[in-house]
Amino acid sequence: MSKDMMPHFELYQPDSVETALDLLGRFGEDGWAMAGGHDTLDWFKDRAKYAANVVDLGGIESLRGIRAVGDGIEIGAMTTLTEIANSDAVQSRFSVLSSAAGRVASPQIRNVGTLGGNLNQDARCWYYRYGVDCYRAGGNTCYADTPEGQNREHCLWGADRCVAVSPSDVAPAMVVLDARMVIRSADGEREVAAEDYFIGPEIDIERMTAVEPGELLTAVRIPGDWANARFYFEKVADRNTWDFPLVNIASAMVVENGAISRIRMAAGAVQCTPRRLSVVEEVVTGSPPDEETAALAGQAAVRGATPLNFNHFKIPLLENLVKRAIRDA
Amino acid sequence: MAWSLIGKNFTPPDIRAKVTGDAKYAEDFRAEGMVFARLLTSPFPHARVVSMDASEALAMDGVHGILTADDEGVGELLTNEPKFVGDLILAVAADDETTAQNAIERIRLEFESLDFTVDPLDCLYPGGPDPRADGTNVGGGRTGLERRRIKWTARDFAAVGENQLPMGEAPVEWAHGDVEAGLSASDLVIDESFVTPGNSHMSMEPRTAMAYWENGKCYVHSGSQSLTASLPAIARQIGIGLDEFVYINEFCGGGFGSKGTPGQTVGIAAHLSKKISRPVMLRISRHEEFYIGSARGTLQGRVRMGFRADGKVTAIDFTVVQDGGSNGGFQDAGDAAAALSILYQPEHMRFRGIPVITNTTPRGPQRGPGQNQISAAVEPLVDRAARELGIDRLEIRKLNAPDNDALIGANRLNVTSAYMPDALDRGAALFDWETQRQRSGERNGSKVRGIGIGTAYHDVGRTGYDGLCVITPDGKLHLHSGVGNLGTYSYASTTRAAAEVLKMDWENCIIHQGSNANFLPFASTQTGSNTSWTMSRANYVGGMNALGKLKEIAAMDLGGAPEDYDVDGARVFKISDSAQGMTYAQAAQRAIELGGTYSGENPPDDIHEVTRLAVRGVAGTGLVGVAKETLRMEGDVPALACGFAAVDVDVETGKVEILDYVCIADCGTVFHPQGLAQQMKGGGVWGMGFALFERQIYDPQNGLPGNDSFLSCKPATYLDIPATVEWDAVDIADPQNPVGARGIGEPPMGAAAAAVLCAISDALGGHVFNRVPVVPDMIVNYVAGREQSTQPLKIHTA
Repeated sequence: MSKDMMPHFELYQPDSVETALDLLGRFGEDGWAMAGGHDTLDWFKDRAKYAANVVDLGGIESLRGIRAVGDGIEIGAMTTLTEIANSDAVQSRFSVLSSAAGRVASPQIRNVGTLGGNLNQDARCWYYRYGVDCYRAGGNTCYADTPEGQNREHCLWGADRCVAVSPSDVAPAMVVLDARMVIRSADGEREVAAEDYFIGPEIDIERMTAVEPGELLTAVRIPGDWANARFYFEKVADRNTWDFPLVNIASAMVVENGAISRIRMAAGAVQCTPRRLSVVEEVVTGSPPDEETAALAGQAAVRGATPLNFNHFKIPLLENLVKRAIRDA
Repeated sequence: MAWSLIGKNFTPPDIRAKVTGDAKYAEDFRAEGMVFARLLTSPFPHARVVSMDASEALAMDGVHGILTADDEGVGELLTNEPKFVGDLILAVAADDETTAQNAIERIRLEFESLDFTVDPLDCLYPGGPDPRADGTNVGGGRTGLERRRIKWTARDFAAVGENQLPMGEAPVEWAHGDVEAGLSASDLVIDESFVTPGNSHMSMEPRTAMAYWENGKCYVHSGSQSLTASLPAIARQIGIGLDEFVYINEFCGGGFGSKGTPGQTVGIAAHLSKKISRPVMLRISRHEEFYIGSARGTLQGRVRMGFRADGKVTAIDFTVVQDGGSNGGFQDAGDAAAALSILYQPEHMRFRGIPVITNTTPRGPQRGPGQNQISAAVEPLVDRAARELGIDRLEIRKLNAPDNDALIGANRLNVTSAYMPDALDRGAALFDWETQRQRSGERNGSKVRGIGIGTAYHDVGRTGYDGLCVITPDGKLHLHSGVGNLGTYSYASTTRAAAEVLKMDWENCIIHQGSNANFLPFASTQTGSNTSWTMSRANYVGGMNALGKLKEIAAMDLGGAPEDYDVDGARVFKISDSAQGMTYAQAAQRAIELGGTYSGENPPDDIHEVTRLAVRGVAGTGLVGVAKETLRMEGDVPALACGFAAVDVDVETGKVEILDYVCIADCGTVFHPQGLAQQMKGGGVWGMGFALFERQIYDPQNGLPGNDSFLSCKPATYLDIPATVEWDAVDIADPQNPVGARGIGEPPMGAAAAAVLCAISDALGGHVFNRVPVVPDMIVNYVAGREQSTQPLKIHTA
């Protein structure tokens, strides 16, 4: 086992997106875009993944900051999670996002970890991180999806050779806010809805987002559609800090005349992408956000879940979190 | 007795360096020409190295050499039969670590995969996998048992009910009374099988080692909990004499039992350095630390406890299977039995245990090895008995708690002193048990309040070590401490016993520690919470030896007999006329002039060889006080603690919030209040982590360990524990320690774990879980009426 000894690499520190894209285009498969570095350097230290040329995005000022755009906001991909958690603009109108950002990892990691890094982080399946030759690593087996696989943290839905889950706390909030992910390449800019940004193993088992080689996530645009909605975010993890979610839940709800008129809800850590709980949204729209509706919502949320041997607790846990998102928001 | 130093806070001399960052740990040292080594670790849980070709690696620029198990003298420091994932196969030295690692990747190794197991019960089943190629599967390590092969019969397994722990041949067993008769006569019998987890030590400083040879001597830098107690083991690892090396170990960044003896990295660095004739720095990475840093053994146990109607424990039948890991493990099973014996004082008890070798990480002593696991497992069962018998949970503990009449173990040993009932009373008052228990079961939204009490024990006394102090002609008292600097500061606090004897101002005392080059006496390992008791006694006799010599010199020069003299104010003087006397400085000068025993040139015969070498170093520098401690030690020396916890259990998320925690120590005279506070709080935090988070996971398909980082091992964080932990101590002197002290480090953890687990049970309406830790999964599944994912006796699972 090769662990904890990073190989040498060339470090490039461009000061513009254009230069970064140029470098990444030039290096192709030998290039690696690095944001805060937590995910990147872990892989490198374990020698499980490697690229000879690392493009550090930390010096690109245009990728930082939170700005008003139209009726919403735009957040640069290199904005730190601490900046998002503490932002007045986010807290005052999109608190589901500031809450989610504030629950990522630990204060030290949030101080360095970025929005882009959090959204683009790789799967946290412990087998995959160990460096085994699983499907996601280009091999031909899954170690977790077996009768004895230790799969407590793994998925309830969407298993397709791989049973890893989306580990991000921020991603479900982005889905709930109907955020648009801004992706730049040498050919220009494109926007992808947050819900479509995250991809499962059935689309590509070796990556988790729609970002193609030669592209960069540069910003996230959050429209004003859900500003000041009734928000709810909760993360359940073993520890109260420095831990990935067992399940997390994000919700935006608009209540008019005592009834839910609009709602978006998404859960993390239950499938490979943030799970949009469309069924819940349909079930509860038009109903009051009371205990009965909450119970119905919880039941609706877990229909069709197919647990593995050690993760069926996620079914009642998700059910309860959905209940809380309706009842306690 | 009124002491001037004992029981008072003081600033240990190493604090400033730790706070300012000046402290130098093993990996901070450099030597001219030093190279770096990296290790090749096993990817297999059990295999045999069939062939090895390092020629390409050794031909690389900057690579200096390789060390394997085949090198002379290496012995078991490296292996050709790796027995767990992460086992050490070879080391490569190079100009830098990256080059060394690159070289390792060019070594061609061929393995033959062998049978392996991560579950002792699988290993014990007839035809089950063997963890070692020689077929042995029981004993070894530090179990005190020879390694041997034991397979149970299928009938042994079939003889018990589903989910009950089977028990076949047990290599460790003892009994007193008639346990079956005792259980039959009981008004209530609780019969439960349980599992407790393995967990890593998580030392902040990995067991890095740096070694070099100079003028025929080996210089070794490595952090160990112990100092002079580590010397013989280091000598054996390197294959040299006690006077042929210098061990530098001024600071140790945590050990928690795993560094009680020196790690194999010391020997690897020394042998590789000798082989390539260069200083070698062997830095241990965080992952490697989790592979080779040792862990607590898991327990798969069954306890049958008989109670009288009034709550008195009458009989205990305890059987346990211990995962001894790849090395055989420690004495957790027997220690757990002893803890049950003292905590509940059963008239009848039987213990049967078996430590089983598996292909998991090596197991070793860890804070309360066995004792703390059993408190976590059994205290909730005591609550269940209290509930079924209609007895208050505080009262049932007070009824059974050990006091000065307590007996322990197979031989029903007495204790030197014990005041657990007093500790429980003090804790109940500080916690306000009466008020808190009114809130038991109180519902607030999805949260339910629970309260709990936990008790725990550890044996903390050893004897036969040496004390050494020197009064120099400048009037200073030099206190030589062979105790390691684990972080408890007992290396310093125990020397105060000698200063007390000599009535010295602390400002005129100088502590020598950190290296055998500083002439340190043979001390106990800094383990098992024993230092306070053991080394205060050793320092006491060293001080008394110096005191006797002071009086003899005064009598010699000033007339009369030694007993006519007393000391104070750094003077020895005639009791009848205090004006007739001499200063310590003068006496020290006279000792040098007199020589012989007075100045250390003629040390006593019964001291350890390590101490003899130390005395040789200080001889002629002043009045030397040196003696082997042979004070009376009759019976078991107990450390006892009780904890009180209040929790809120969120029944929708399974999360547990610890609201209040109080811990009380029964550790004799409080030796060093700040040091004690640190132990009570630190142990408490670890206990909370043990109750709620920490466990080791192994994939039974391939033996992969799921916990090789701080993230995955999940020690409790600041946000997982109460903002404040209150503590107090009974503070009654132990009669067999000259300054009244007993140790305390280990049981605060077990007490906290048990108190939190009992509080969770309380919140859920009674005893529910026979598994530690209690994680959100278990609570959510229980509340939802779902089966638990993990079968009751399974260990190392998610």
